[in-house]
Amino acid sequence: MNRVKVIETDQLTKTFGRFTAVDHISFEVNQGEIFGFLGANGAGKTTAIRMLCGLLEPTSGTARVAGFDVYKESDRIKRNIGYMSQKFSLYGDLKVWENIRLFGGIYGLTDKQIATKSDELLDLLDLKAERNTLVEALPLGWKQKLAFSVAVIHEPRIVFLDEPTGGVDPVTRRRFWELIYQAAARGITIFVTTHYMDEAEYCDRVSIMVDGRIEALDRPDILKNQFHAETMDEVFYALARKATRGE
Amino acid sequence: MNNGIRIQQISKSYGSVQALEALSIDIAPGELFGLIGPDGAGKTTLFRILVTLLLADAGSATVCGLDVVRDYKALRQRIGYMPGRFSLYQDLTVEENLNFFATLFKTSLQENYALIRDIYERLEPFKHRKAGKLSGGMKQKLALCCALIHKPDVLFLDEPTTGVDPVSRVEFWDMLERLRNQGITILVSTPYMDEAARCNRIALMREGRCLSIDTPEHIRQAFSDVLIAVHGTPMYPLLLELRRYPGVHSCFSFGDAHHLTISQSQAQAQGTATFIEKLKIRLTEQGFSDISIKTIPPGIEDCFMALEEQPAGI
Repeated sequence: MNRVKVIETDQLTKTFGRFTAVDHISFEVNQGEIFGFLGANGAGKTTAIRMLCGLLEPTSGTARVAGFDVYKESDRIKRNIGYMSQKFSLYGDLKVWENIRLFGGIYGLTDKQIATKSDELLDLLDLKAERNTLVEALPLGWKQKLAFSVAVIHEPRIVFLDEPTGGVDPVTRRRFWELIYQAAARGITIFVTTHYMDEAEYCDRVSIMVDGRIEALDRPDILKNQFHAETMDEVFYALARKATRGE
Repeated sequence: MNNGIRIQQISKSYGSVQALEALSIDIAPGELFGLIGPDGAGKTTLFRILVTLLLADAGSATVCGLDVVRDYKALRQRIGYMPGRFSLYQDLTVEENLNFFATLFKTSLQENYALIRDIYERLEPFKHRKAGKLSGGMKQKLALCCALIHKPDVLFLDEPTTGVDPVSRVEFWDMLERLRNQGITILVSTPYMDEAARCNRIALMREGRCLSIDTPEHIRQAFSDVLIAVHGTPMYPLLLELRRYPGVHSCFSFGDAHHLTISQSQAQAQGTATFIEKLKIRLTEQGFSDISIKTIPPGIEDCFMALEEQPAGI
């Protein structure tokens, strides 16, 4: 398939002293794809994501994100991606509209674009009545939806989601994935990590990292076939159990 | 051993937010009991009340027969608590943390070593590392060791597996089972529904209330709707189509299939087989491929979602 590549890495590596956190990983992600980036705690996912977001310089290997080089063009990468994690997303002591305004500004939207986008967003998320509410007072599920919407407010080429759904109830978790589907349908590439293996099934393709290397990368149904597994949980277990390094 | 937990009509609010609402649960000695529910269910508030760190507005509770308010000093000697947030000393090493907690309880690492041996063996290679520099999985193991060091009769674990990968979660639950087999009562909370199956009994909690308290098996048996798994390509349009389909009560994604429910009365009127047959024809007409439709037994997550829909208080 001749699709546009939004992420391309070749032998991407990061070492800290004698420790190789990310060990020669090579993979590609297509435009509009939902790509699941899985691995046990300590497998090297966070280090890899930090390199892809232009926050950490690799030790060796190459990577291009949204068409830009991670070594030389990290500033341009940051302007063309969105990022959301459970730990860092919104400012709790700012109101809903202030958060939208802040992130719109950071991502380089004009005042007029921010005004239009704010209305659209509040409407879409059914948050109109909460416009002036402090974010810390919102239920977790609403915060997550707002955080995601803010992370894609500038319609980036790609959005990185680092365990976006931890702790929420089952219905909210699924509603959140519907937002992901909608963004992917608009052409935004989704790069997502999760510890919920049912969510791995919602991805077009998933990779599984073990001890800094990508040990498997394919469509969930193909991986399940390959590992003679009924569920992605079993695939993950078969691979991650082999990990040798102490988390 | 009299190491049960009795919670009677406990209520607690923070300002206008009702965190717990007249909650009552009886936990038997030696039980591995799970509090299952999302953020905001009131799990942490309940823990803090039971470990004598927070006063309830109303109601009473005993642990090991000791009142959580009146007998708090005696009670603290009998329980181990692992809070949801990592709260060991980050600038002390693994070994220093363990020795510190052992000293607080006037014991030593050696005295109850048998209890923590299989957990501590995993930590030992890192014993000179500062706690703040440990990975998430290792912090979790250290926190569990510290909570066990004085050989408590009851163990309180607040979301010990949140953010932990599936393999480490399975290992953690294996450890809990071994502790339970030594007679320790364990109250553990989790947002992961699949962990419910590892508990003797569970309480499904939401917004300060219990939706249901029973064994995981009984909770599954009490599921009253007919549950059908539907797979087809493409999956997201299929989800939207299923939600529009007449007779469908609810429909959500569950990994590689969507789970839809039809009410018992609907199923009786039409017959589940007929419903499935008609649905298959309809989906084929709509252009979906790889269609598979079958009735399945509910999991705990299906049960939680069904209970959540009901008006509170039932």
